[in-house]
Amino acid sequence: MFGEGLPTLGFLPALMALTLYALLPILRNAVTAQANLDEGVLEAADGVGMTKWQKLVLVEAPLSAPFIMAGIRTASVWTIGAATLATTIGQPSLGDPIFAGLQTQNWALVLAGCVASAGLALAADNLLWVIEVGLAKRSRWMTFGGMAVVALGILTALWAQSTGSDERRIVIASKQFSEQYILAQLIGARLEAAGYAVEYRDGLGSAVVHSAVASSSIDISVDYTGTIWTNYLKRADNPGREAMYETIRDWEWQQNGVKVLGRLGFENAYAFAMRGDRAQELGVTSLTDLVGKAPQLTVGGDPEFFERPEWLAVRDAYGLRFGQSRNFAPTFMYNALASGEADVISAYTSDGRIAADKLVVLADPKGALPSYDALLMLSPRIAEDKGVIAALEPLLGAISVEAMREANLAVDREDDKKLTPKAAAAELAKSLRRPGLDPGPLTTGR
Amino acid sequence: MTMPSPLLRFDGVICRFGEVTAVGALGAGVSCDIASGGFVALVGASGSGKSTLLKTVNTLVQPTEGRVLFGGEDVAHLKPARLRRRVGYVFQGIGLFPHMSVAENIAIGPRLTGEKLAPERIAELLALVELDPAFATRMPDELSGGQRQRVGVARALAGGPELLLMDEPFGALDPVTRDALGRKVRELHDALGLTTVMVTHDMAEALLLADRVLVMDKGQLVADETPRALLAGAGGAVAQRLVAVPRHQAERLAAMEAQG
Repeated sequence: MFGEGLPTLGFLPALMALTLYALLPILRNAVTAQANLDEGVLEAADGVGMTKWQKLVLVEAPLSAPFIMAGIRTASVWTIGAATLATTIGQPSLGDPIFAGLQTQNWALVLAGCVASAGLALAADNLLWVIEVGLAKRSRWMTFGGMAVVALGILTALWAQSTGSDERRIVIASKQFSEQYILAQLIGARLEAAGYAVEYRDGLGSAVVHSAVASSSIDISVDYTGTIWTNYLKRADNPGREAMYETIRDWEWQQNGVKVLGRLGFENAYAFAMRGDRAQELGVTSLTDLVGKAPQLTVGGDPEFFERPEWLAVRDAYGLRFGQSRNFAPTFMYNALASGEADVISAYTSDGRIAADKLVVLADPKGALPSYDALLMLSPRIAEDKGVIAALEPLLGAISVEAMREANLAVDREDDKKLTPKAAAAELAKSLRRPGLDPGPLTTGR
Repeated sequence: MTMPSPLLRFDGVICRFGEVTAVGALGAGVSCDIASGGFVALVGASGSGKSTLLKTVNTLVQPTEGRVLFGGEDVAHLKPARLRRRVGYVFQGIGLFPHMSVAENIAIGPRLTGEKLAPERIAELLALVELDPAFATRMPDELSGGQRQRVGVARALAGGPELLLMDEPFGALDPVTRDALGRKVRELHDALGLTTVMVTHDMAEALLLADRVLVMDKGQLVADETPRALLAGAGGAVAQRLVAVPRHQAERLAAMEAQG
């Protein structure tokens, strides 16, 4: 209904969503106030000869105002809370520290975001309360004083919103997991070194990132072949790693004007992992080796895994029949493997815990698992920017899955070796290999 | 011989609300003249149609059939704001505007027609209903029920009306306040040369205050008598049943007094 003119990202959609969200409590209170107006007062309004309009302006509106104000207060508290979600559609908000903190398990950051958001909600609530009391007691200075402060706040917010957008920076997106935060920082650091001003939009939803790059609201993102293949090309087949990459590269360019600059070198794919010692003991290095032993083994997966096309593809390609399959929450899957409750688990190939727990990722000789090559995507706006391309080309094929796992682990771990995404990106930059080749020799990790 | 044209004339008034006929149930409608200067009580049981009939005068209710003439003009053709300025309205709900001071409440009618009442006029109106001028700045929720209805009467008189309509004006008041305010209104009626139509279900109040009593039953006018004639037994069965109530109460009180 809004056509193509409406951006999917940033201030306007956030404002619209929050506005619609705020309407309910305000309207509900207005209707309640209207319904609870004293019959006698309304009869008197008619009795003294008011027109409908006069009745509204002189009687109904002033008597409903305190109730409507109460609705506005409720709405303001809801909205300030909900506004933290604007982070996921790329509008900078108090949700930024919350989402970043949740992803990198930096609780101080989460707390800071929550406290700031709650503080703002309390401040707004109290301010509006002053206006509400002012209306109820018909105290002009309270009403207009409160309104003046609210107006000042809105003007300041608008001013802050309008400044800073005068100079166009290169906007780098990250989705809601550590690897994305690290890669965004890695890319940003290289661009800054090349003299570009960069801006980060962290913690975005996956679908939001894809369409925002196409519309140049975001300039750079890292996406994965398997994700694009299933979600945007709507394909269910598996033509193999190279064919998939080339099809996606051409489709993005022709369809969206998005330039797939190349592959970073690692995959964040679904794979099957085992404990190193257990794999050695059973003599298993690939999924083929597993077929004969599976009936004695237990496979663990995250709750949705056994419904996903990846699992069905593997099961049917190899004829895998496990003795037992169990669902675990992703965090507990690795514990289950360590304690022997599961012999094989579904894992993400770039997950830091693979390195931490010394797991073996089983090879997939039949290529049943779709590939999830990490792709560097450039928006139409900078697709031909030679400076950007020159700064980023050294990253292509340069990140091994082992290096990515180390970096992910550094951010995800809970001990004193924990790093911020920025620091992990700096570490990762030191372990780049064979820069400048694409398609370089790719590590599969399987 | 030529009669002077009445201030108010009901001409075949019928009011239907869906299936229910509130006024004019027998089909002929209610017709009756009210002369200038009269204090007329409209008495009947609940649901007899007396309030509905009263509200056709200031067009809060539009008759389904028939007309109401005020000073010879059909009220349906008069502008409501102008009409209601010439017709004061006092009702049981009082309906003071809670967000306006007493003075603002009193001045609302003239304000709607673009006239601002001077503080002296407000004080004069307050004095008419025996309230101190200091009440002007108070808010309605600071007043007692009786004081509020006094303000209600002052508001109805603010526009200098020719006709005062009262719908159970004292129904929500305690008996002492009710008696005092009733007498005050009668006094104002005489002093200001008003024409008054008062709806009440209390026959004693009607007999003591009015000089003409109309009795309504099931949407029809069933009696039109002076208080004296009613007390003398005129007006028919319905009217006499209503008169019997205060008469028996008075007789019983007198008997108790006689026994000492």
